[in-house]
Amino acid sequence: MDEAVLRSRTPEVLGVLVHRGADFAAAEDAVQEALVEALRVWPSAPPRDPKAWLVTVAWRKFLDATRADAARRRREELVDEEPAPGPAAVVDDSLQLYFLCAHPSLTPSSAVALTLRAVGGLTTRQIAEAYLVPEATMAQRISRAKRTVSGVRFEQPGDVATVLRVLYLVFNEGYSGDVDLAAEAIRLTWQLAAVSDHPEVAGLLALMLVHHARRAARTAADGSLVPLAEQDRSRWDTALIAEGVEILQAALARDRLGEFQAQAAIAALHADAPTAGETDWVQIVEWYDELVALTDSPVVRLNRAVAVGEADGPRAGLAALAEVDASLPRHTAVSAYLHERDGEVVVAARLYAEAARKAPNLPERDHLLRQAARLNHAVD
Amino acid sequence: MAKYLLLKHYRGAPASVNPEPMDQWTPEEISAHVQYMNDLAARLEKTGEFVDSQALAPEGTFVRYDGAGRPPVTDGPFAETKDVIAGWMVIDVDSYERALAVAGELSAAPGAGGKPIHEWLELRPFLGDHSATAE
Repeated sequence: MDEAVLRSRTPEVLGVLVHRGADFAAAEDAVQEALVEALRVWPSAPPRDPKAWLVTVAWRKFLDATRADAARRRREELVDEEPAPGPAAVVDDSLQLYFLCAHPSLTPSSAVALTLRAVGGLTTRQIAEAYLVPEATMAQRISRAKRTVSGVRFEQPGDVATVLRVLYLVFNEGYSGDVDLAAEAIRLTWQLAAVSDHPEVAGLLALMLVHHARRAARTAADGSLVPLAEQDRSRWDTALIAEGVEILQAALARDRLGEFQAQAAIAALHADAPTAGETDWVQIVEWYDELVALTDSPVVRLNRAVAVGEADGPRAGLAALAEVDASLPRHTAVSAYLHERDGEVVVAARLYAEAARKAPNLPERDHLLRQAARLNHAVD
Repeated sequence: MAKYLLLKHYRGAPASVNPEPMDQWTPEEISAHVQYMNDLAARLEKTGEFVDSQALAPEGTFVRYDGAGRPPVTDGPFAETKDVIAGWMVIDVDSYERALAVAGELSAAPGAGGKPIHEWLELRPFLGDHSATAE
């Protein structure tokens, strides 16, 4: 019994229960119990219709829990009066579940935890391990999130942008523990793409696939960072890149551009170059211009300055950088890189060392420190 | 078994024997240094003595309660002169002597010229249910 396959049923089953009138928190508990039961029973007695089996068992668990609660007798009677309809409109229910778990009333960390639990079907322990926090801490965060959305009406249409942001957060967490969050984010985005018809969902999926395809080449054996230009391109997963590009092209053809499609286009242009030197920087700058128009984000402007530096030379890059807020993380690192390309090695070395002190994580700090060291020794 | 915290200091500790700042090392020397620490952590994991290891950003902020209904007061980050913790390793070992040995090994990580940096580490026993010092 593949646990991942089983987990992929979670949103449909949970959606059916909530659609039938179960409150979210109770339904979620019932579905988790049904999944555990399935793991126990299915290896020796596989069901003919797994979804129907899960719905039946989860619904029974929900009713048991509801009956056990004397204070909820009135709702129990209501439930008994109206026999449950079959699992219809499953597609819509799954989609609603994504919106609910990414509800704007939740903090990003709560939305991520709830999505992994309710849509992804991960156990609290798995999520806690992935985020390196105690299980009790994660359990609190999840139950608080459930309480926050318990009053939210299921029919309310959500904002797909919020859902996509949450999925992208999950993707960028990488992995630790026994759950690979990047792979999990891709699985959930595939699922979302199957039940929604939005070019940005396809855009995010394409972006994740193309990034993921470079994963093996992105870190060296000792865990250190390998920059894009130095990556061994033979280690990129070309099938995954092709899949991402195909999804992206279909999305772009619909002519409803959004930030994830633009980001995916940039990632695809990088992935498309046989060598770093053959990267189509001119087209990448054009996509960054689109992105700036769509988001006006300082981080995008910072990345754009790097692309301008490649397309039009380091002086042009530095001019573009001068218009970006200097307090941004990585601003110093970009400045160091452009100064080095402009031949100002001493300035670049000083900036690399400064950037290392501001680095947000260890692989990045060590990488920047090596850059500073390399230049300091080139000068000696 | 007793837990010990091995504290690395950016500043504030006595100067090490081989104190050249890391950005003046060669890239190979940095790699060797990182490799040494990873290898040590891996070895301690094998012996079941490793608990945790984390690096900290060099700059933090001091925060203080400023009375009901008022936002906390913050101060810093402070430049240069103050003591700054760079990171830590937590080990769970049988004896104080073993803790000293591990700290000595960590302090011997190679630096400029491939020579040990002889960094001063602070070794602090955790307070627990039973004595955390030598038996």
